[in-house]
Amino acid sequence: MDLLLVLGIPLLATLLLALPLTRRVGAELNAGMSFASFLAVSWLTLRVARGGPMLLWHEQFYVDPFNAFLVELTAFVGFTTAVFSRPYMRTEEHHGRLTPRRKRLYHSMYQLFMASMFVALLTNNMGLLWVAMEGATLSTVLLVSLFRTKASLEAAWKYFILCGVGIAQALFGTLLLYFAAEQTLGRQGMTALLWTHLYAVKADLEPTVLALAFVFLLVGYGTKVGLAPLHNWLPDAHAEGPAPVSAVLSGLLLNVALYAVIRCKVLVEGSIGSVLPGRILMGFGLLSALLGAFFLWRQRDIKRLFAYSSIEHMGIITFAFGLGGPIANFAALLHMTVHSLTKSSLFFTAGHAAQTAGTQRMDGIRGLAAINPAIGWSLMLGSIAILGMPPFGIFASEFLILTTAVHEHPWAAPLLLIALGVAFGGIFIKVQPMIFGDGRAPRLPHSPALLPVFVHLALALTLGIYIPPTLAACYNAAANLIG
Amino acid sequence: MLKSHLAAQLLNLLAAGLLLISFAMLSRRRTQRLITLFAWQGSILFLSTCLVAYDASLTELYYSAALTLIMKVITLPWILHRLMRRLGAQWDSEPLVNIPATMLVGLVLVIFAFGLAEPISMLATTITRHTIGIALAVILLSFLMMITRRKAVTVVIGFLAMENGLFFAATSATYGMPMVIELGIALDLLVAVFILGIFFFQIHEQFDSLDLHHLETLRED
Amino acid sequence: MRVLTFARQFGEVVLAIAIAPLFAGWIAQCRAWLQNRSAPPLTQTYRMLRKLFHKDAALAVDASPLFRTAPYVLFGTMVLAAAIIPSLATDLPFARAADAIALIGLFATARVFMSLAAMDIGTSFGTLGARREMMIGFLAEPALLMVLFNAFLLYGSTALPSLVDGYASHPSVIDPSVIFAAVAFVMVLLAENARVPIDNPATHLELTMIHEAMLLEYSARHLALIEWASSLKLFNYACIGFALFLPWGIAIHGADGASALLIAVTALIVKLALAGAALALIESVSAKLRIFRAPEFLAMAFLLAVLGLLVHLLLGVSTHA
Repeated sequence: MDLLLVLGIPLLATLLLALPLTRRVGAELNAGMSFASFLAVSWLTLRVARGGPMLLWHEQFYVDPFNAFLVELTAFVGFTTAVFSRPYMRTEEHHGRLTPRRKRLYHSMYQLFMASMFVALLTNNMGLLWVAMEGATLSTVLLVSLFRTKASLEAAWKYFILCGVGIAQALFGTLLLYFAAEQTLGRQGMTALLWTHLYAVKADLEPTVLALAFVFLLVGYGTKVGLAPLHNWLPDAHAEGPAPVSAVLSGLLLNVALYAVIRCKVLVEGSIGSVLPGRILMGFGLLSALLGAFFLWRQRDIKRLFAYSSIEHMGIITFAFGLGGPIANFAALLHMTVHSLTKSSLFFTAGHAAQTAGTQRMDGIRGLAAINPAIGWSLMLGSIAILGMPPFGIFASEFLILTTAVHEHPWAAPLLLIALGVAFGGIFIKVQPMIFGDGRAPRLPHSPALLPVFVHLALALTLGIYIPPTLAACYNAAANLIG
Repeated sequence: MLKSHLAAQLLNLLAAGLLLISFAMLSRRRTQRLITLFAWQGSILFLSTCLVAYDASLTELYYSAALTLIMKVITLPWILHRLMRRLGAQWDSEPLVNIPATMLVGLVLVIFAFGLAEPISMLATTITRHTIGIALAVILLSFLMMITRRKAVTVVIGFLAMENGLFFAATSATYGMPMVIELGIALDLLVAVFILGIFFFQIHEQFDSLDLHHLETLRED
Repeated sequence: MRVLTFARQFGEVVLAIAIAPLFAGWIAQCRAWLQNRSAPPLTQTYRMLRKLFHKDAALAVDASPLFRTAPYVLFGTMVLAAAIIPSLATDLPFARAADAIALIGLFATARVFMSLAAMDIGTSFGTLGARREMMIGFLAEPALLMVLFNAFLLYGSTALPSLVDGYASHPSVIDPSVIFAAVAFVMVLLAENARVPIDNPATHLELTMIHEAMLLEYSARHLALIEWASSLKLFNYACIGFALFLPWGIAIHGADGASALLIAVTALIVKLALAGAALALIESVSAKLRIFRAPEFLAMAFLLAVLGLLVHLLLGVSTHA
């Protein structure tokens, strides 16, 4: 029942918001429906937190601590983004960049995107996971090109093609997985791709096939995570799409894609009985972290800047998952949560900052603290949080990851430190002049929605100081599962 | 397991035909020809799926064969043709592609694909197991086409051909994926083509052509 | 017995010489139908030959003996090729020479003589045609060799009669590599015989012509011989194709009754009719390539043949097992 609500509400909202008659209340309805799904998801997670993992709907859906907290996070950020997008989109409409029809498209697709992410997170079926991931891409392509500028069209095209190709590789990987499953479990149709079934027999799965499958799955879903050599679509899509879309792409979609990779990694590691998949993840992670950090320096667009920061952070998380072990996994999960909260809040602020200054170019954005102190300070706080300054949550997770790396792979620790240091300098130097200094700009036609920003930042701060026992238990259980 | 030696041979023949069409696609400059070739590829896929279904007596596979026929032989080529006409792009061609070089790279890819598929073929029990290498080669060749071409429609055809290769891989390695998944994939594909159609119009409207070199301005700076 | 085989050999050659112009005429007729023109009669080629033989030959002042002997050499090599290609039966005295690689050499000889003769007079067209002809030949030969290696891999021989015999001994093997080889072979055939995507035998457009450019200085019986040799060449290529890919009906080693021969003749005529129609169709639907696209066309043929080899090595091995 609760699952029906979780999946049904966003789908219903998709249909409702596509209807012309909801045009006037689109933004409110969008936020309301997002809140409803947040409630439904919370109810579901609460049940899992109390009663442990559960299988639903003929085992096609599976909720365990690993995806429970992610789905909760997704629903939460989905809701706050919907709240934020109301004034943001109205301002864009006021600036003439958006027509009511496109706004309707935005609301409808936003809900479809949420629905497909819920499916991707909750499904137990690796095939359905693929379908949902592709669905998530498809529903956001038109959102990236929402403003129909040349640059946004280009970004959306790149996003579509690169992720399409990537996801095709993932389909081949899924196919190989099914192939291996059939060898072990016999021909049984739908159940052969169920993660729980595969997990039960993971030691018997054919190692060569699974190793090959992992390569394809990693390349496929890794493209969506934005791992280093496959990251090309990410900065463009983040920079050219509307701010709420950048926020959910960076804060949610990347997490979901990484979640898919980790689910696969668990199976593959069990099958081939070596740490090879972990090592591959570490390699990709380090490369992404370094590349993201160094590219930060060359950016002139505020949203591109934070997009590269996302690449860097996804690299760090991937690296931590590659390290393995309860502590690193715990840190990675925490980092996923905090990064998601912080990065989406940063995109909110960046969106408003760009609206205030009338440009996304950083040399055009000056003196935010003077023009609009709320925006200026939230940008400041968000940057501090994303840079991993104590007491924000990112500091805690990065610290844990670093200490584990020093213990287990001392060679990697300096590389990681370099990435962190370079990123620190890059962001700090670029953000500081935007906030301080002189600036003059007209007031925004609609007051900015900064409540979501502060809520996110407050949560990120709290998680740096105190992790609620329920959440900690969730992290621990998931960390043990990932191994 | 194997009803007849003949069926296996026919399948190999069809697989070779699929590979041949992939190479033909690489060697064509005119976009419209590519759509026709894509439809042909779909029909070979349909035939081979039917053959496997018949040979392995799997009713499920007939459905997926029918799905292929409806989607890849009729609907998608029709949509693409219509799109081309609406956009006035029927005579699009790409004169600057170095075809022999592309084909040479394609040849290397085929060897690579066969090498990669070897361990899977060894394990498979289907009658089609030797064609997994070809399926992988078709995927890689379509990928190559996507990389080397500069017209939006061609890239999309490459994308769809890649999906065909994946589908063929599914049939040859495991007698197809579970039906629900296949339906999901088909749905995704249809939506993808629909979105791409919208996209073509948007690109056409902005740039007055479907040439992708307009879409190469976003760089690091 | 020996006399009988020689008689059959003789019969095969005579048949080839006799029906080669008919084959060319048939293709022309099919093309005409496909292009909605009223078709010339089938005997048109013969009439033209007769007309040319009745004319007095005019020779350029600068013509050397090479120019005069080239048509005879050309015709001779084509007749020889027709003799050794197993178009009707495999058990023939000349068949021992019927190695495919030797055949390629034979065709190359003809090409060299033709090109030399074309350059002999010193007109610019002749030289242009000869140069283009050599370029095409230089590109087509490796492709043809690759096609033949495909056949070699299948049956372990490059001698055409043993290929046909080999096919007869296990007829059920359909090797996928054959498709690639066949496509590549058709491409080579089109290029080597001055057919449409590469050259158009029906025009005298200076920018595009290859084969016709070489013949411009010839007249009367010389021209007749060259035309006849060209149609024989096409016929020969078609027969090589049949031996490689469609060897049904050819009287194989040991089957030398009159009925086998009769079947062989019928099969040959049916195959020629179908092949002619198919060629006409290909020529009608494809556009003539610009001359600098020709290398690309032949490179594709080459690559396809190589691909056939690969497919055979990587996939075909298992079909035999």
